[in-house]
Amino acid sequence: MASTDTKADDLAGLEAGLDALDAVQVRRTPAREILTRKVLPPVTAVVLVVLVWQLLVWAEVTDDYKLPPPAAVWRSLTDMWLQGTLLEVVWTSVSRGLLGFLMAVAIGTPLGLLVARVKVVRAAIGPILSGLQSLPSVAWVAPAIIWLGLDDRTMYAVILLGAVPSVANGLVSGVDQVPPLYLRAGRTLGATGLRGTIHIVLPASLPGYLAGLKQGWAFSWRSLMAAEIIASSPDLGLGLGQLLENGRNNFDMPGIFLAILLILFVGIAIDLLIFSPLERRVLRSRGLLVGN
Amino acid sequence: MATTTLTEAEDRAAVEHAARITHVSKSFAGPTGQQLVLDDITLDVAPGEFVTLLGASGCGKSTLLNLVAGLDRPTAGTIETPGGRPALMFQEHALFPWLTAGKNIELALRMRGVPKAERRPEAERLLELVRLGGAYGKRVHELSGGMRQRVAMARALAQDSRLLLMDEPFAALDAITRDVLHDELTRIWNETNASVLFVTHNVREAVRLAQRVVLLSSRPGRIAQEWTVGIEQPRRIEDTAVAELSVEITEQLRGEIRRHGQH
Repeated sequence: MASTDTKADDLAGLEAGLDALDAVQVRRTPAREILTRKVLPPVTAVVLVVLVWQLLVWAEVTDDYKLPPPAAVWRSLTDMWLQGTLLEVVWTSVSRGLLGFLMAVAIGTPLGLLVARVKVVRAAIGPILSGLQSLPSVAWVAPAIIWLGLDDRTMYAVILLGAVPSVANGLVSGVDQVPPLYLRAGRTLGATGLRGTIHIVLPASLPGYLAGLKQGWAFSWRSLMAAEIIASSPDLGLGLGQLLENGRNNFDMPGIFLAILLILFVGIAIDLLIFSPLERRVLRSRGLLVGN
Repeated sequence: MATTTLTEAEDRAAVEHAARITHVSKSFAGPTGQQLVLDDITLDVAPGEFVTLLGASGCGKSTLLNLVAGLDRPTAGTIETPGGRPALMFQEHALFPWLTAGKNIELALRMRGVPKAERRPEAERLLELVRLGGAYGKRVHELSGGMRQRVAMARALAQDSRLLLMDEPFAALDAITRDVLHDELTRIWNETNASVLFVTHNVREAVRLAQRVVLLSSRPGRIAQEWTVGIEQPRRIEDTAVAELSVEITEQLRGEIRRHGQH
C-alpha cells in the first residue's frame, strides 16, 4: 500500500513539474507600455497632420476660402458649443445611427443564421446578400424618399439596406469557418440540432459575427450620412449630414471641415469605445490575439 | 457453415459486452467507385476491458471508432453499445476555446442532463481526478498540450459513459508527457472501471496500455490478429516484456504493410 502511495505521489509530482514547465505564460501589458505603444503614435500622427495643414495655410498654397486655417475650424466648433447646438446635432445623427444599427442587427442575425444553416435559403439569397454589400446604399436614397417620404423612415430604410447584408454575411462566414472538429466534439457530447446551434455553432462563430457587426456599424454610419446629405427637410432635424450640406450652401468652408471631422470622429469613437474592446476581449479569451 | 454461425451468434449473445461490433463493413464513394475501408469486422469489448486497435495508415481504425461513436453509419453489419452514447477523445484536444476548462466539462454534464447545482462540484471533482485541481477557470490556450488532453479526458469522463473511445489521443504529445499520460490513463481506467477502445499506430503504446491488442490490416481494414497482453500492471513502456511483445507485433504489422508493396 505504502509503495502504491509513493508511486502515485511520484506521478503527481512529475505531472506538476511538467505542467509548470509547459504552462503558457500570460502577461498583462503594463499601463505605461500601453501609453507609449498605443496612445502616443496616433496622437503624434494627428498632431503632425494639423501641423502640415497649418503650414500649408501659412505658405498660402491656395485661397483662404478653399483651405481654412485650423483655428477657423476650431472657432466654428466653439461657436456651435456656445450656441448649445453641437451636442444636439451630433446626438441627432448618433442616435439615428445606433438605433438603425440595432435594427440591422435584429434583422441581420436571424437572416444570417438562416442563410448559413439552410441550404435552400443559401442558394436562393446568399449571392444577393453578398452582392448587396457592394451596392452603395446611397443608391437607395432616391427610391426611399419617393416610397417613404422625407422623414426618419427613409433614414432607417437606407441604414438597414446598407448594414443588414454586412451583419448577415459576417455571421454566415463566421458559421462557415467553425472547425468541423468542434461540431464532431459537440455531437459526441450530445449537442445536436438546436442545442448544437446554441452551444457550439453560435459561440464558435462569434469572431466572424463580431467582424460583421463592426462592418455593419461602419455601413450604417456611412449610409446615414449619405441619406442626411441628400434628404434635408425641417422635419428631419439637424444632423451631421445636414450640417455638411448647410456648409456647402453657405460657402462656409470651416463649417464643412468641421462637419467632416465630426463625422469621422463619431465613426472612430464608436469603433474604439464599443467594437474594438469587444473584439479584443473575445479574441484574447480564445488565445487568438498574439503579441498584444 | 450456417449452423456454426448460429451457434457462434448464440454464444456471443450470452456474453456481456460494452461494445459489440458484428460483421461491420464500411465503404466510401471514391474516385474509382465504392472504396471498401472496413471489411467484415467482428469484435467485442467486454465491460471494463481495455482494447487497443492497432494498424498502419489506411486501415480504417479511425473510421471504425467513428462508427462506434455513432458519428457515422456502417454500410453493413451492426454495432451495439448497451451503455448508451460512448465518450470520444480525439487526437486534437477539441476543447471549446470560448469556454474555460471547467465550463468545457460542465457543458458535457449539461448535455447529459445533470442539474445546474451539481455541475460545478462534479466538474471540479473530475479535474481533481486528472490532477488539474486549480485549472477550473483556465482558458484552453493557457494550458499546455498535456494539460489540454487531461481536460479533454475529464470532459470525456463527464459523459459518464460505460465506454471510452480514444482516437490516438496522445499522438501529438512529446514523449515524456505521453509517458506520464499513459500512467494517468491506466490509473483512471482502474478507478472508473470503464471500458476503453483505444486506437493507435504506436505498437509500444498499444502494448503498454491494453489487455488485448487487435491488429488491423490495411485497405480494406480486416482483423489480422489478436494478442492478449498478460503483462502485469503497472507496466512501463521500457519494460522488457513490453518490448518483447512489441517486437513480435511489429513484425506482423510490417508483414501487413509489406503486402501492399507487392501489387
